[in-house]
Amino acid sequence: MAKEPKRAPRPGLVLDVDRSTPPILFHHGEGFRLEKLPAGRSRVIYAAEPLPGIPDPDGAIREALANPIGESEPLHALLTPGMKLTIAFDDISLPLPQMTKPDVRQRIIEAVLDLAAEAGVDDVHLIAALALHRRMTEAELRHAVGDRVYDAFAPQGCLYNHDAEDPDGMVIIGQTPHDEDVQMNKRAAESDLIVYVNINLVSMDGGWKSTATGLSGYQALKHHHNPATMKASKSFMIKEDSELHHSNWRQGKVLKESGIKVFQIETTINNNTFGDNGPMSVLQKREWEWTGRDRASFMAMNTGLKAMSARAKRTAFQSWKAPYELTSVQAGEVEAVHEVTTANTLKQHLVPVEGQTDILTMGLPYICPYNVNSIMNPILVMCLGLGYFFNMYRNKPLVREGGVLIMSHPTPWEFHPVHHPSYIDFFEQVLTETHDPVEMSEKYEKQYAEDEWYRHLYRTSYAYHGVHPFYMWYWGSHALEHLGQVIIVGGDTRAVQRLGFRPASTLQDALEMASDTVGPQASITHYHNPPILMADVT
Amino acid sequence: MIPEQLAGKRIAITGSTGFLGTALVERLLRCAPDCELVLLVRPGRRGAEQRIKREVLKNDAFDRLREQWGDEFDAICDQRIHSYAGDVGTDGLGLDQAGLNALASCDIVIHSAAAVSFDSPIDLAVEVNLLGPVRVAQTLNELGVKPHMVAVSTCYVAGSRRGAAPEEPVDDSPFFVDVNWRVEVDQARRARAEFESESRTVARLDAFRKGADDELGAAGRPAIAAKTEQLRSRWVTEQLAEAGRARASSLGFPDSYAYTKALGEVALAETRGDLPVSTVRPAIIESAVAEPVPGWIRGFRMAEPIIISYARGLLKEFPGVPEGIVDVIPVDFVVAAICAVAARGPIETETGKPDITQVASGSLNPLRYIKLVDLAQEWFTANPLYDDKGQPIAVPEFSFPGRGRVQKQLERAGKTLDRTDKALSMLPLRGKPAMYTAGLGEQREQVARAKGYVDLYGAYAECEAVYGLDRLIALWESLDADDQEQFTFDPRIIVWDDYVPEIHLPSVVKAGRVKTTPGAKTGPSRQQRLRGQVLDPNRQLAVFDLENTLIASNVVASYAWLASRQLPERDRARFVARTIMEGPALLSLDRQDRSDFLRYFYRRFEHAEVEQLEAASAEMFSDLILTKSFPAAIRRVRAHRAAGHRTLLITGALELVVKPLEPLFDDIIAAGLGEKPITSSGRRVYNGQLTSVPPTGEARYQAMADYAAQHDLDLREAVAYADSASDLPMLEAVGFPVAVNPETKLASIARKRGWLVELFGKSPGGPRKIIPLAPRRTT
Repeated sequence: MAKEPKRAPRPGLVLDVDRSTPPILFHHGEGFRLEKLPAGRSRVIYAAEPLPGIPDPDGAIREALANPIGESEPLHALLTPGMKLTIAFDDISLPLPQMTKPDVRQRIIEAVLDLAAEAGVDDVHLIAALALHRRMTEAELRHAVGDRVYDAFAPQGCLYNHDAEDPDGMVIIGQTPHDEDVQMNKRAAESDLIVYVNINLVSMDGGWKSTATGLSGYQALKHHHNPATMKASKSFMIKEDSELHHSNWRQGKVLKESGIKVFQIETTINNNTFGDNGPMSVLQKREWEWTGRDRASFMAMNTGLKAMSARAKRTAFQSWKAPYELTSVQAGEVEAVHEVTTANTLKQHLVPVEGQTDILTMGLPYICPYNVNSIMNPILVMCLGLGYFFNMYRNKPLVREGGVLIMSHPTPWEFHPVHHPSYIDFFEQVLTETHDPVEMSEKYEKQYAEDEWYRHLYRTSYAYHGVHPFYMWYWGSHALEHLGQVIIVGGDTRAVQRLGFRPASTLQDALEMASDTVGPQASITHYHNPPILMADVT
Repeated sequence: MIPEQLAGKRIAITGSTGFLGTALVERLLRCAPDCELVLLVRPGRRGAEQRIKREVLKNDAFDRLREQWGDEFDAICDQRIHSYAGDVGTDGLGLDQAGLNALASCDIVIHSAAAVSFDSPIDLAVEVNLLGPVRVAQTLNELGVKPHMVAVSTCYVAGSRRGAAPEEPVDDSPFFVDVNWRVEVDQARRARAEFESESRTVARLDAFRKGADDELGAAGRPAIAAKTEQLRSRWVTEQLAEAGRARASSLGFPDSYAYTKALGEVALAETRGDLPVSTVRPAIIESAVAEPVPGWIRGFRMAEPIIISYARGLLKEFPGVPEGIVDVIPVDFVVAAICAVAARGPIETETGKPDITQVASGSLNPLRYIKLVDLAQEWFTANPLYDDKGQPIAVPEFSFPGRGRVQKQLERAGKTLDRTDKALSMLPLRGKPAMYTAGLGEQREQVARAKGYVDLYGAYAECEAVYGLDRLIALWESLDADDQEQFTFDPRIIVWDDYVPEIHLPSVVKAGRVKTTPGAKTGPSRQQRLRGQVLDPNRQLAVFDLENTLIASNVVASYAWLASRQLPERDRARFVARTIMEGPALLSLDRQDRSDFLRYFYRRFEHAEVEQLEAASAEMFSDLILTKSFPAAIRRVRAHRAAGHRTLLITGALELVVKPLEPLFDDIIAAGLGEKPITSSGRRVYNGQLTSVPPTGEARYQAMADYAAQHDLDLREAVAYADSASDLPMLEAVGFPVAVNPETKLASIARKRGWLVELFGKSPGGPRKIIPLAPRRTT
């Protein structure tokens, strides 16, 4: 049960750095840096404090299922005996980090299953809508849906991971007016109803992206997961400005018109990533408000981390479960639901920022959507910085065109051999030749996407699809085009150079290097994330 | 005069493929335009004519003539050179009738064939050096012809002595120990027979077998057998070389070469009958002063390896007396002297023995050892060689120690390296440390080689004999000015200060193929070139081993994983402890014979349920196999497929374990487990017995060979990847062997043979599984 907050959460803020500003926290993989930013020309953007969670999540969920938004009947009215029901849910990439038990998905799925049981529905499949992500392990599935659901469905083969490369398991639904193929998991497509269970961590998630992407495959995804689309999505976090979303919505329309019935359940969570108390809570506080105890616990944590091996640090961080709380749940027709969801997401994330900056700094944390229980390899570092964080803006990018992005991350030359096999080859084969998303897509994408071995690993082991590293790189297309220079502080020199970026050992060096591009008195903005925030740049 | 004297003559030459012979053929073709040459040459695989074309006429000595004659070169050579298969090591010279006829038609026979190696087995040295001239004379006598025979010998027939060594017959010297050469021949032949039988005694054969085991490990019976036989025959050769050295030294000669040459002279004088014979004795023949081009040299000869070893800093000391004479004579001088002797014809001597002409420099224009060292030091300081990092190598300062001291030093170094090597090779190393150990082996060989030089050539550096040159000078003075210009051999005109640094050392360095430019290597490295060859589209088949080649795991680990999958929590600790306890015993069984080990080990799968194991194996693929895989190795397999090669995995691992790897390869050959008859319960259960011979050692080779035959693939165009010496039969059978993370034995073999070595590693940062246990099953 969520506690009553002591006081109303404060909104996000932009702090101008002066001489009295203490050193600022930079996330740095499985560690942290405290950096003194130049006074007089720097500012720091802080996230809003976590919005209060719904006191009775299960009640709210039941409420939402009974009172749908948009043109939809209540869920119980859609459930009939003998029907084919498919419950699809967001995969391991959400939320980040994984949340404490019970997971929102578990709450919703249990509620949906209760209604299904009442209505006498017995043909129910549960599918992790992972598109081309890696399959979830048993433990991960158990965490997402709960042991009760897992034990009831998995042994019968009714709870499983989506397989976009199953030759008998995928169907083509049609084409959009833009000649984009629409493809879907066959079981889902042939169901009388798809109930989609979503967690909206950032405003990109949800809507038609849930079904048109999550239950789809390469044949459909290649139409919007490509450099041209990503360059035209400014940013891909805002549906209206995102060609990625336009394409997904076109595909969604084809789904709808083909008679596929989707009952969309979307949720939003607050940004209580590190908790109000406990060892990590200091990461969520503003530095000048750190108490003596916060300081001590931060020092202790940093000292402890220094003594740990990289593996041990990774294990420790990956075991952290965020105490996220449900802030809203809405169900019904996809587009109407998503409108409300987006508004609720932005309520937590948006921070107004005036004007762009010459230099944008960010500390990259240990996790991104594709390394849960895994390793954040150099390609994922690029994707998190230039893909996700860079695009966390509305209106215009935080950094001006031709400006410099400075990221802090150890960027180790390390890869998970089971999860990211095609990444390893991409790093050795593609990035040694080109950093240009267009060139690599033309020359290598098809080869990786259709490779039998990667296909085999994706289907039978726990590997991301062969084409996935390309998508990671495309995710940064807009930033690559926009930025004048990218510098990584504290990274493995060889790995950073392989990415086509410049390595710097300290932030001071990085700022010095940046002055080549933007001059010595350039303005600096630090994007203080996580907890997640989105800059509303005017 | 000489060209005229030789005009219209037919000249037979033995040893034309050698250093001196090649220069002689060239000079006669160029400077005696109207003579014809009859070359007697061992036919080898290609036949006499081809050998002359490839090994003699293609040599850069003929560049000058090629340029001079242009397109007519081949035609002139065809016309003037007649090659016949012959061998001075066999009676009758191994000539057929045509060869005999050609020999009979000759006016002059220059016999320069010799076993010049200072450490030839004694029987070989005797057959060639001692009996060679005898056989030539005998054949001529039998043919009833009396051409002028010019026998090439060596100054060192005078033996290890101090002071004057005049141009007199060997047996006229007061220092000659009179031995019967016929007895020496018999004894040399008997020595061969005796060492051959001794090498076949039980004790010896056991020792060879053990040596082969040490070198190759569990490479399988056939490979061990081949190696054992190789060691045996090498031992016989070594014993015979040692016997030669000992016998030579007992008679006062520096080595078996001088000893057999000396007795050869005696034997020839005794058996020649009335055949006119002249003997020419050169000293140490080195690169040419001017003819055919300055610095011309063939092969890597006596002083060259020493000079190069010195320049590379490997040979820190070389024994010798500083003021001793290094009796060097350029090859073109020797050739000219032979031509002059041949043109002049035989002369009567007072003793009735063959006349002797020595070609040397020591008595008239001595090159002192200290001077040679100074010149070399100066030159290599100005023109250093570079190590493989592109750093110049500083040459050491010589202190002219006695031979004994140097030998002792080298012996000590060798022993230390030996011991280190032995200790390291006992450790289960692989990959980089193993390659380091292999490098140590190389160092050990270098020390052994340096010691070999000292043993062999030390006697020469210490030799203080001064060779008389009266006849040579008389011959020189009898020449007219034209001849003196065209056939220069007066040693007094050599200017050592020019010859050593400007002609000889540059030519030695060139012939030594050493690094003479600073900076790191440019262009593709050797590794890259080999990799390119391996992935060339012309290759047809790529064969891979599994363990330590593709994944860092083994059959024990996968067994442990599969077995622990079914265990309840409380039994797991006991299971781990038991498996660890068993480790050393299993390891030693594996070392002895891999297929026995596999048979023994796989019996543990008896009673295991087929379906359960197959399901578990699919999980093990992600949890163990992929986690421990080498991404670069997997990429290599895929690169081979992309290049259009067939890919094949041959492994002693179980079929069910490697099943998930099927999409990676065209085919997989693995160990299959048999099943018990299906019981009433309908459960399929393994019987723990292998359905075929496990593909290890020679069986692995056989599996590969069968596969290649079946698919019509050429093993010479095949690539094989493996990590252990037990895979040698397979690696040796293919055209492109690759040692992956080799263990010590394979590392040293790969290094010696110049194979591609790949060090594939696990993905950095990947999950580490110290004990290969399966996660507990929860459903």
